[in-house]
Amino acid sequence: MNRPLPRWLVAMAAAVYLFLHLPILVLMIFSFNDAKFSAEWRGFTLHWYQRLLERPDVFRALKVSLIVGASATVISGVLGTLVALALARHRFQGRRAFEGFLYVPIVTPEIVVGISLLLLFALLRFPLGLTTITIAHVAFCISFVVIVVLARLKGMDQHLEEAAMILGADEITTFRTVTLPQLWPGILAGALLAFTMSFDDFVITSFVSGPGSSTLPILVYGMVRKNVEPSINAISTIILIVTALLIYVADRLVQDRSLA
Amino acid sequence: MTHSVAPAPVVQLVHVCKSFGFIKAVDDVSLDIYPGEFFSLLGPSGCGKTTTLRLLAGFEVPDAGQVRLLGETVNHKRPYERQISMVFQNYALFPHLSVARNVAFGLEQRKTPRATIEERVERALEMVRLEPDVFAQRMPGQLSGGQRQRVALARALVLEPAILLLDEPLGAIDLKLRKEMQLELKSLNKELGTTFIYVTHDQEEALTMSDRIAVMDVGRVAQLGTPAEIYENPRTAFVAEFIGQSNFFEGQASKQESGEWLIGRPGEGAFKVPQHAALTEGAHVRIAVRPEWMDVWRPEAVPPGENAVIGSIRDIIYLGETMHVIVAVPGLGDVTVAVRNEGQLMKPLSWKAGDRAAVAWLPEDCQVLEG
Amino acid sequence: MPGLRERMLTWLHRRPQARAWALLAPGGLWLVVFFLIPILIMLAYSLMPRGVYGGVESGVTLEHYARFFDPLYLEILKRTFLWSLAGTLICLILGYPVAFVIVRSKRWRNLLLFLVVLPFWTSFLVRTFAMIFLMRDTGLLNSWLLRLGLIQQPLTILYTPFSVMAGLVYGFLPFMILPIYASLEKLDLSLLEAAEVLGARPRARFFRVTLPLSLPGVIAGCLLVFIPALGSFLTADLLGGAKQMMIGNLVQNQFSAARNWPFGSAASFIVMALVLAGVMLYLRFQDQEPKSVTVQ
Repeated sequence: MNRPLPRWLVAMAAAVYLFLHLPILVLMIFSFNDAKFSAEWRGFTLHWYQRLLERPDVFRALKVSLIVGASATVISGVLGTLVALALARHRFQGRRAFEGFLYVPIVTPEIVVGISLLLLFALLRFPLGLTTITIAHVAFCISFVVIVVLARLKGMDQHLEEAAMILGADEITTFRTVTLPQLWPGILAGALLAFTMSFDDFVITSFVSGPGSSTLPILVYGMVRKNVEPSINAISTIILIVTALLIYVADRLVQDRSLA
Repeated sequence: MTHSVAPAPVVQLVHVCKSFGFIKAVDDVSLDIYPGEFFSLLGPSGCGKTTTLRLLAGFEVPDAGQVRLLGETVNHKRPYERQISMVFQNYALFPHLSVARNVAFGLEQRKTPRATIEERVERALEMVRLEPDVFAQRMPGQLSGGQRQRVALARALVLEPAILLLDEPLGAIDLKLRKEMQLELKSLNKELGTTFIYVTHDQEEALTMSDRIAVMDVGRVAQLGTPAEIYENPRTAFVAEFIGQSNFFEGQASKQESGEWLIGRPGEGAFKVPQHAALTEGAHVRIAVRPEWMDVWRPEAVPPGENAVIGSIRDIIYLGETMHVIVAVPGLGDVTVAVRNEGQLMKPLSWKAGDRAAVAWLPEDCQVLEG
Repeated sequence: MPGLRERMLTWLHRRPQARAWALLAPGGLWLVVFFLIPILIMLAYSLMPRGVYGGVESGVTLEHYARFFDPLYLEILKRTFLWSLAGTLICLILGYPVAFVIVRSKRWRNLLLFLVVLPFWTSFLVRTFAMIFLMRDTGLLNSWLLRLGLIQQPLTILYTPFSVMAGLVYGFLPFMILPIYASLEKLDLSLLEAAEVLGARPRARFFRVTLPLSLPGVIAGCLLVFIPALGSFLTADLLGGAKQMMIGNLVQNQFSAARNWPFGSAASFIVMALVLAGVMLYLRFQDQEPKSVTVQ
């Protein structure tokens, strides 16, 4: 089908793309706007970014987000990879049930996850803080890591592991020298995904964070609520760019298909 | 002086069974394979040949029976505990390791000293005709299919195994290169004295390369023998059909006073057949006759003593080396006769479609089939 | 002499079940303790009477669920349902052409895909704020409309059903595009060529070949929008204000201002039930769907 697409179709698609990206672009552009409340362009400035740098609460929130993000990523990365290995390489009873169970967190609304965890911590009288946030983030990231790593495992030539074994490598050595190097891009992609989701999460975090343990999204939410100045635009821009980079890297890693 | 002791088999399968769910992939298979043999497992997909190979490698554990390697029962030995090497269908080269590191992998597992490894890798690459200087540092992704195949071979052979398993290694290679590699594999087998166990669905390949062939069908060994035995004396209808081409006839056996056996159907004439174990008076028998053992004659000119059927020529097919003359015989269907092509332009066949003709063959060329 | 390693490997080799469960245990346990059990606790709370400070007292009651028959809450449920449905349909109308265009382009395909995947993963909060920035009284849209002289006073765009709907569509559009793209990509072009040879014009080819065969992707996309929309919170919260409550907002409200944890749990459980029902329907539909499609 080499016929060109009808004009109206292309125009419509272009309009949708614009709809998807224009608000963000506008947001980013206006983060450089030299005006406090107006949506009129008054000139280019880095003033708002400077203001961000002067705010200790921004740095605190960033620190919290990074600590939680890193911890949640490592834990969910390890746990998720183990689960993916089990699902890909072993036949076992109760497999379908487990798979179903694994995918429920993905469809469960964040509200529900957040509330239920709040109830748990309240019941245990466990103080809300970085630990509870990390626990919550791991809980919803595991399933995503499993999906990514599983996809990579399924794409791997299973004969590679058999070849290693017949050449004299036992299961552990095979895993170390053949499986893991092949799997690594998938694990990394899953980890990046987990980090991005953790870094960006608002709803669940808002329920399980205590005073003094605000993450960056919680801070931003507060700023939006108070309808503050273009600093919001500035911080949003930073978040967007960092996320975009992470996603790009993860995308490249998943595409890297070494030939067998 | 004759040696009365045969060499001990390097591989033995003793009543081995393996099922997956309800499917019997390997159904009571027993085989002996001798040192230095080029032994093929031949059959259509799903016949169990690959499963049999995997049982030998240790990737599957038999449900029943014994797998014995070099005299030892190894049912529960892991692949890395067995003294056996393997070449996989899609080569299974480690993509993140160079050619040299791939070939060295097995030696590294055995904790061979570095210097020895380097030397042996070089020799292995030369043995498969890959110039070490050029190829050692390349990555598998940079190689062609044929080159990857050779690396896989080098990787397996560098370990100097007593037994080498090959799982349809030439399947993904184009025809001309395949013929070349078949000859190379055969000569490696003879040079090294390593026992080759080769899985394939390509009967021509098996006939070309093997010392002995086990023809498999639905998990069982249909026939085991040399290429000549398999081709010239097929024992079952399956083997007669899977290997080469056959014409089939059937009827009831009856013994004559002269001691000869006849297979016939009432009102349709009878064929003389040589004595065979499956013949008992009145038994329903099938025989197979290969097209190249038959000839086309004028009905009146059939040589005496030969079996014959009479019909009319339906088609003549030009195949290059041979011509296939298809004769429609009333009551029997089409009979295919293979006639050598002596050059249709210079010495054309005197037959054409529509001619009345007789198809005749010697009684000794009847293959009485079992089962 | 078998060392620890060999003994462990042999032990694991003979017990394939143990191998699998050893790998599954850590992750599985985490999910049981920090996902399953909390939800069960939530269920339990929803069945207990409200305590003095908003927590629970002992006892069993269905009063919280019964409250949902109150017109006020029925209204919220209805609104949530309708808005999610409308949002899904709009996403479908906008998203299908995009997926179609992406599939048909060769040179730009990767870029176009990336431009859809990107919003998919970037912060929902930030994207929602972008909508606020556009739509508020002092926002960009109003400011341009005023400049162009099309209006005299700023329009109230924000905090209306329109803004919530726009926010929902904006947020979930990529969820619709990607599954449809995936399903169109698998379409065998030779089917379209066969149809053409048989005399079908472009419109007929689309409605009788392309559309039916992309139906699995369409269904997946619809569910991937509808289900999260049902449980969404941020969109209505930031773009809708107090008057446009969806059930997600109701839940959040019970845990903050209204201080009624059991009722909030019940509401939360209802959301969860709706979502699970939707997923079950989808899975049931998937099972029934024949793998090959007959073209009538």
